[in-house]
Amino acid sequence: MPLELTDFDQEILDGAHGGAAAFAMRLLMRFAEAVAAERFLDIEAAHVDGCLYLGRASLDFVERMAGLGGKVRVPTSLNVGSLDLIHPELFLGADEIRKAGARLMQAHVELGCAPTFTCAPYQSVYRPRFGAQIAWGESNAIVFANSVIGARTNRYGDFIDLCCAMTGRAPAYGLHLSENRFASALVEIEGVPDGWEAERVCVAVGHAIGRRCENLVPAIVGLPAETNEDNLKALGAAAASSGAVALFHAVGLTPEAPDIGTASGGIEPQMVLRLSADDLAEAARSLSNAPDGAPLAAVTLGTPHFSIAEFARLTPLLQGKKPRVGIWINTSRATREELRARGWDKTLAAAGVTLVVDTCIYVTTLTPRGAGVMMTNSGKCAYYAPGNLGVDVAYGSLAECVASARAGKVVRL
Amino acid sequence: MSGSVVGAVALSSGAASGAPLRLDEPLSFWGGLDLATGRIVDRWHPQSGASVMGRVMMMPCCRGSSSGSAALAEAIRAGVGPAAILLLERDPIVIVGAMVAAELYGRACAVALARAEDWDRLAAATRLTVEAGPGGATVVVEA
Repeated sequence: MPLELTDFDQEILDGAHGGAAAFAMRLLMRFAEAVAAERFLDIEAAHVDGCLYLGRASLDFVERMAGLGGKVRVPTSLNVGSLDLIHPELFLGADEIRKAGARLMQAHVELGCAPTFTCAPYQSVYRPRFGAQIAWGESNAIVFANSVIGARTNRYGDFIDLCCAMTGRAPAYGLHLSENRFASALVEIEGVPDGWEAERVCVAVGHAIGRRCENLVPAIVGLPAETNEDNLKALGAAAASSGAVALFHAVGLTPEAPDIGTASGGIEPQMVLRLSADDLAEAARSLSNAPDGAPLAAVTLGTPHFSIAEFARLTPLLQGKKPRVGIWINTSRATREELRARGWDKTLAAAGVTLVVDTCIYVTTLTPRGAGVMMTNSGKCAYYAPGNLGVDVAYGSLAECVASARAGKVVRL
Repeated sequence: MSGSVVGAVALSSGAASGAPLRLDEPLSFWGGLDLATGRIVDRWHPQSGASVMGRVMMMPCCRGSSSGSAALAEAIRAGVGPAAILLLERDPIVIVGAMVAAELYGRACAVALARAEDWDRLAAATRLTVEAGPGGATVVVEA
């Protein structure tokens, strides 16, 4: 079936809504043809992952849109940029990247995007409703919106997320359509290592399913009953780093999976993955390339951006002796405001915590380069930091990260 | 030297030749590829250290971050990207990256969808020539 345009699509293409929207529609059409979509559908929101400066190409693209006088047509949040615009002094990279990165963020705001600069827009006022058609970029946000909220987006890469925002339209294919949202893989958790809290189980499961299920839709049976939203966030972020998972169902926990029959639509899974306690322990171990006891340079938390609930779990752990190494936490501007309103920012500063907003520590040059290991409770950060930053990483639970910061070396609890 | 011709589906236009580089696992262009050199820097990847520059890259689909499109476009702009990419799935991240590089810089990286039954033969070739355009795609295989 060829791609069918509505009168509105045709108007955009013909330039009736400006040159930027026409350029966006031209790219969207070629994209839609490539993914074999037959039509476009309306979206109610977009999340654009184009603010990270990766080189000239990302800036040239948005400058062309801005140069054509474009504005987004739907409420649009922005993903992280290359630097913290509120604390620019934290940036230790090259001046050229600082300037180009700041311009890239500003150019998106000129297009009418909201300066949220967060990879966790789902924990902000931009959280979509169940069933909403949206066009989101940023792999962890995509998997969260689809899985934990039940909103509908494909894995939009940068450029296309902005094209959807500029037109208010997205190709009707993939996870926008009900028939593609059923589970195609079954993941059974047969056991968990002794003493493991839901936090660690979820990261290990996420890392394992990403590596094994690639871009299938896994239905996970057997997650701990106390699994919370932030645990599912960590699971999705890990699965979307080690694999291309855009939607998972946690049976009994996520909205499209009250039971396995509903999650699978009665369709036989293409693969069955059974995870034992040993498999989970191995998955967690493989996220560290630094040995226990190694000296620490820093602890980093908040990949994806730390939520208020995560700060609430962290602050009691910080009571007592001040950590010997600094703790860096990535979060959103909005969450930082909330921390100030609650007076928690002072508690955090006293414990040696540096808050980083607008960006994420693993994508940019922030931490002082010293000898030692970076420790994190994020499967995603542990996955990417060695390649991005050239550091050795230790993965551990939140409590282990704090204990290690205090001890100045990697400690296991 | 002439070779046999294998049919494929054009996903982004272009024409190029190069030695095949079959990836044993999918790669994320963002975080997985050094954009200054074209080398694979994902420490988890079995071909970590290999260069994609000028190669006909073969992978079923890409993996990981949705920032892959910009990274691929930047690699193509900088002249360190693959000459062409063969996929087994219509991976939108790859398609968009190649498409934007073509729109902004007029630099083509042909992207085509191959058939699974041809995959091993394509990977075993010494050289592949990929031509993708509005009429479809072909791959010339030199043994």
